[in-house]
Amino acid sequence: MHIDLLAAEDAAKTLYIRALKILPPDIKEGLATLERAETMPGAREILRTMTTNIAVAEDNDNLLCQDTGIPIYTVSIGRGVAVDGQALKEAIRRGCARATREHPLRSSVVHPLTRRNEHTSCGAEVPVIHIDYDDAPDTWSLAMVPKGSGSENNSFLKMAVPAEGVEAIKRFVVDCVIAAGGKTCPPTIVGVGVGGTSDLCVALAKRAATRPLGSACADPDGAALEQALSAAVNHLGVGPQGLGGDATAFAVHIELAATHITMNPVAVNMQCHSARRARATFTPDGVRYGF
Amino acid sequence: MTHHTLHMPIDEAAVRQLKVNDTVTLEDTLYGIRDATQIHLFDRGRKTRMDLHGHAVIHTAPNVRKVPVSDRHPAGYEAICIGTTTSDRMERFTRPLMTEYGVRLVVGKGGLREGSLDAFRELGGAYLAIVGGTAALETTWIEQIEDVDMDDLNPESLWRFRIRHFGPLRVAMDSHGGSLYDSVRHDVDQQRDRVLAELGIGQGTGAATPTGARP
Repeated sequence: MHIDLLAAEDAAKTLYIRALKILPPDIKEGLATLERAETMPGAREILRTMTTNIAVAEDNDNLLCQDTGIPIYTVSIGRGVAVDGQALKEAIRRGCARATREHPLRSSVVHPLTRRNEHTSCGAEVPVIHIDYDDAPDTWSLAMVPKGSGSENNSFLKMAVPAEGVEAIKRFVVDCVIAAGGKTCPPTIVGVGVGGTSDLCVALAKRAATRPLGSACADPDGAALEQALSAAVNHLGVGPQGLGGDATAFAVHIELAATHITMNPVAVNMQCHSARRARATFTPDGVRYGF
Repeated sequence: MTHHTLHMPIDEAAVRQLKVNDTVTLEDTLYGIRDATQIHLFDRGRKTRMDLHGHAVIHTAPNVRKVPVSDRHPAGYEAICIGTTTSDRMERFTRPLMTEYGVRLVVGKGGLREGSLDAFRELGGAYLAIVGGTAALETTWIEQIEDVDMDDLNPESLWRFRIRHFGPLRVAMDSHGGSLYDSVRHDVDQQRDRVLAELGIGQGTGAATPTGARP
């Protein structure tokens, strides 16, 4: 199977717009679960407003949030799929720019020094494109996350040392959630990267933050730590929008990588309550859109 | 906990009525302002022809569509999606907004800090919290983009919106030194040790037993 570059470009465009308008079902359910459990009336009211907004966005075919974010695309290529990788990256970039111009969307992307906005959501190294390979025989997928800045501006990395152990990780996660307060638009998905190099650790935190709710870390020790931290952060009282309450986070997600004998890195990256993502899966039968 | 309907602009006496946890609905006019707008106004000495005296500003950079100028679109822009950004980055602009432009209310999300709280207390201002990330709903409260200035900064231009039943918003920082963010933060700090204990971390312990250590 070959990757059809025109179909890839169209999907890159469609996914950006779709992600901005329709929340995945796991996030909607997560919000409903938090609302049922919330004991503070003011916080419940905020969660209800978030739920109302989801319906208004769908009814009016509008964006959930004005922050169109930094576009991040993740490509996963099966074993039986042939691709010109460079051409695929160019196609994704064209699709991203088309979504921005043709919808139109606010371009939230600027040059880091001149702050110049090209109004295409593109720039040097942006959209962010990750390409990986998997076991699927005749399938490839394109996943898209528009990453908003309220949450992204509260990203943290700590190069802890081995002697600080798992305690350093727990303490750091709790303190990052406290430091972020309402700025990350809670309830959030708290993504935690543990191990690896500094750059891999941060990338793992992002991968964790954008995982579907209900999924678990593949490593059993990681999964147990996720459970413990998920319960703990919701006892802090930060609450929706940082105005107090139980619903501080949907969940804490952890992704692990092996690390150096003398290292113990931990990174935190959060996803706001509007935890937007979309996915297109291509098979020989055509394309299927989901989350 | 009182509800206030405020027809903009308002005077100092009206702002002084607002107390933390009150709710507010804004009517008539709201100005959109953001990082670049304020960097240009206050760091680079640019001036605006708009009169913000007694008005409310909202921290936003909207999604808009450029359209021909008409009665319906006097600024040549149609609103697509207008929502609110995190306020914290713009903390240092609260006081100059109030002293140089006479702004009375800041609408945002995530809260502002002590410098803004002091300015609100001294000059008569308040911070109204909106639910961040609910822009589709917020857009339904905006009737029209009436005017735009500093449009070379688009989307971080200075926008004037005509609004109808904009809210409810929550008074999260008032002109009497009250800040909901401070009180929540105080409570959270009180909870921190309990939460760490729940995770098996005792108070005052810095170094844990090294894991995977070999004798």
